[in-house]
Amino acid sequence: MTNLQSLDLFWPELIITVVILTALIVDLCIEKSKSDVVGWVLVIGLLITAIAIWNQDKTTTTLFTDMIVLDPFATFFKLLIILSTLLVAVVSWQNNELDEYRKGEYFTLLGILVLGLFLMASSIDLIMVYISIEVVSIMSFILAGYLKLDTRSNEAGLKYVVYGAFSSGIMLFGLSILFGLTGSTNYFIIQKSLAGLDGSASAALVMALLMILAGFGYKISAVPFHFWTPDVYEGAPTTITAYLSVAPKAAGFAIIIRFFHQVFADGGALADAESLSMTDVPWPEIIGILAVATMTLGNLVAIQQESIKRMLAYSSVAHAGYMMLALPVLSIQTVYAIMVYLVMYLFMNLGAFFVVITVKNKTGGETFDDYRGLGWEMPFIGVVMTLFMLSLTGLPPTAGFIGKFYIFSALISGGSQYYWLAIVGGINSVISLYYYFHVVKVMFLEGERKETLVQPPEVMSGVLLATAIPVFLFGIYWNPVVNWVQNSLIFYVQTM
Amino acid sequence: MEHILSWLVWLPIIGMVVITVIPRSQEDIIKKVAAFFTGVQLLFSILLWKNFDSANGSMQFMERAEWIPSFNISYILGVDGLSLPMVILTSLLCFIGVFVSWNITKAVKGYFALYLLLDTGLIGVFLALDFFLFYIFWEVVLLPMYFLIGMWGGPQREYAAIKFFLYTLFGSVLMLVGIIGLYFTCGKTFDILLLMETAPDALKNELWWGMSAIKVIWVLLFIGFAIKVPIFPFHTWLPLAHVEAPTAISVILAGVLLKLGVYGILRINYGLMPDAVWWFAGSLAFLGLINVIWGGLCALAQTDLKKLVAYSSINHMGYALLGMAAVIAAGSINGGDLKAAQAGLSGAVFQMFNHGTISAMLFILVGVIYDRAHHRDIEGFGGLANQMPIYAGITALAFFAGLGLPGLSGFISEFMCLIGAFPVFKAIVIASTIGILLNAAYFLWAFQRIFFGELNEKYSDLPEINRLELFTLIPLAVITLFFGIYPRPYLDLIKATMDVIIENVVFVANFASM
Repeated sequence: MTNLQSLDLFWPELIITVVILTALIVDLCIEKSKSDVVGWVLVIGLLITAIAIWNQDKTTTTLFTDMIVLDPFATFFKLLIILSTLLVAVVSWQNNELDEYRKGEYFTLLGILVLGLFLMASSIDLIMVYISIEVVSIMSFILAGYLKLDTRSNEAGLKYVVYGAFSSGIMLFGLSILFGLTGSTNYFIIQKSLAGLDGSASAALVMALLMILAGFGYKISAVPFHFWTPDVYEGAPTTITAYLSVAPKAAGFAIIIRFFHQVFADGGALADAESLSMTDVPWPEIIGILAVATMTLGNLVAIQQESIKRMLAYSSVAHAGYMMLALPVLSIQTVYAIMVYLVMYLFMNLGAFFVVITVKNKTGGETFDDYRGLGWEMPFIGVVMTLFMLSLTGLPPTAGFIGKFYIFSALISGGSQYYWLAIVGGINSVISLYYYFHVVKVMFLEGERKETLVQPPEVMSGVLLATAIPVFLFGIYWNPVVNWVQNSLIFYVQTM
Repeated sequence: MEHILSWLVWLPIIGMVVITVIPRSQEDIIKKVAAFFTGVQLLFSILLWKNFDSANGSMQFMERAEWIPSFNISYILGVDGLSLPMVILTSLLCFIGVFVSWNITKAVKGYFALYLLLDTGLIGVFLALDFFLFYIFWEVVLLPMYFLIGMWGGPQREYAAIKFFLYTLFGSVLMLVGIIGLYFTCGKTFDILLLMETAPDALKNELWWGMSAIKVIWVLLFIGFAIKVPIFPFHTWLPLAHVEAPTAISVILAGVLLKLGVYGILRINYGLMPDAVWWFAGSLAFLGLINVIWGGLCALAQTDLKKLVAYSSINHMGYALLGMAAVIAAGSINGGDLKAAQAGLSGAVFQMFNHGTISAMLFILVGVIYDRAHHRDIEGFGGLANQMPIYAGITALAFFAGLGLPGLSGFISEFMCLIGAFPVFKAIVIASTIGILLNAAYFLWAFQRIFFGELNEKYSDLPEINRLELFTLIPLAVITLFFGIYPRPYLDLIKATMDVIIENVVFVANFASM
């Protein structure tokens, strides 16, 4: 579709652009103490965007001369991103860490981040892939370092920049090799050209793939590209940590799935991909081992953490590992499973971080000591946190169990060579039980009954309920989720 | 009668919801609500028993509803001669448990809310006939158990709670892989009754990692169940959890939770993979022998009375395993001894019930003395027989039942297990008689040290057992006595179902040998 025609189908992104500009201008006109108003601009803007996406034509097509694509798969991720941004934006008003700062830029940057994530979910061109990842990364750098008076936040921002620049450099190098091999930046042309390559190109292809994998792996914080995660997650404002652990990760998975599924696997399973089998490298096994390493490392290191925020950072590394488990199979079932997992993960992970924010607002700390006896003092927080921990462990009847169940099912339906991944994944969730329930233990098993109970602020209670109810409900009746995912499992495929 | 099984499962949850809306200062009302709901549940299960057709070996009172059609998950409940006694046992012990916990003072509201949640999980496991639903209930048991041990338990409660949780979850995730494996190899269904028909054929030619899929799935599920039973070497969580748990929870742990494992093996492993029974029966009998001897030896070495009772559970479950292994006696290669198979299997299922009542009594009795003396050291008492004659009398009954004295129910079921297993596993049965000796030794020796000899001066004003405690003990004692003299009603109740299980296992053997 030409550029002008494309604008017709580009409404949601255009609305966000307007929202960003409005937010900037509004921020100029108001004083610091009232900068929360910018948040309203963002929230309302996002709601309008969501409505625009919802009512969009359900056609699948490419936009801007094959730069990005509009298909139900991208729409699914866009809605997921909006949902998490809305929750995070609402909590940002309540986050005491941000009180000393002007929040105008904060909300504006969040808006730009959403735009970048939208593009990530829909790119089908190497240049667009790179640009969208960079938009997201640069906004994340600034937001991670937003607490400029806090040295840990500065450290987080700086570390993020260094790792981010390095890994996107490597990825760019990989993309350029791919371009050199195929002569195009378009996914579909690359796919066709790859099929025509002979064995002499295999070394270059392996190099390109490894480098691209590094870039993508960095985005979803997969081992061994995860080193930035704990420090960034610990130093960043907790709202941003929550956001980084969900939205960019979802978009990262969208980009990985689209890239491998459409460029290499031609919509089939990864193991059967012809263009990959010519390289003589066991790609499914490599990705499988990376997934196992990611979740095992995430879980084992999480056990040793003193700070709950840092523990959740490692736990989100582990969860990236669970989702990666399904990648080696990369059949349509596994894409389905990863998407189901992402929906479940969104609610439980955001919820857990929101509890951390609520507790930090009250006690000023985020270590296990600050949670001692909390369940007796703030029963609502205690019960909700227990639910999130149950769900993150993957115990029924919670959403986390359903997510894991779908991942394991996808693995087992993939054939007996993948069973070991399911068993390792299961054993990893047993390991994770230990540290998740450490939180429950300090909250309830220690401390005594208190006469006066503390209730969190109403807005926080509302947001916590908005995350806790789906976590419980989707553990019992998740038909709506799977139907939504099922209907979103349509990729744009170019027939040439 | 239409939805009686659903009522049985969900009544405690209704009770839990009621309790959560009662203000936490109204402790008395909370206790009464818990007693009411478990009482109604007990009435329902007796009603179920009255209306149960014991001549029919298949599922009765079936309920079926769609749940998640896209994954073929349904809500299916049903009851047969294997699950009915377990349902009655569970509702009886849960009802009694409420009165055993009457003296709880810490966070009463939380305790009874979790207690009722636990109740739902336990009944649900016994009634669920959809594998997914079964797994959900299986896991729902863990969380309340973690809190009940961890918050209201003894000094090492936190360690005991998490160890219990980790152990069982480890078994559960292996089980989950097995369940999903069954789903994909046997026609994409979780319906256990349907799987019983399709699984034996579907798994026959399936290979996992170069091994027969039947064996792999059997082992995956078996480990999950074995941890609950517990079968050596997966038993190490048990003494700790049983000792640290508050009395009522020890009663539930020993009385019901251990039965989940045996029930799972009989329902799932025997039902879905009858071929593998032939492959595994020898190992099962041998594991049973180890349980009998190891549990007996460990019990003999204990100085803590509660630990002694806990180890005696391991010992007692060993007999049930022996009885279960005896099923293969009915096969033509073993002489087609149907009587032995019936005796063994019925003995095992009877042993599940008897151990439930006897160990419940034992734990309540330990709780009674602990409440008074604040310790459980066997050596620390002495001469209590004169001080507390009624208590001594009931303890004697419970100990004798535990050691298998003829005339009490434990003897009948242990004896049935052993004679059932004898034709096939002669050496193992003969060796396991050492366990019976150990059994008698540790119970009698403990009894002697606690009740005979000189009275410890400290305890010269120890009060006698009170009415509330008697109220919890007498029903169990009556059942033990009654079934010790006249076990027919129980055996008649389960016979038809036992025959179905035996036929299922034997049919495969004859089929295979053809």
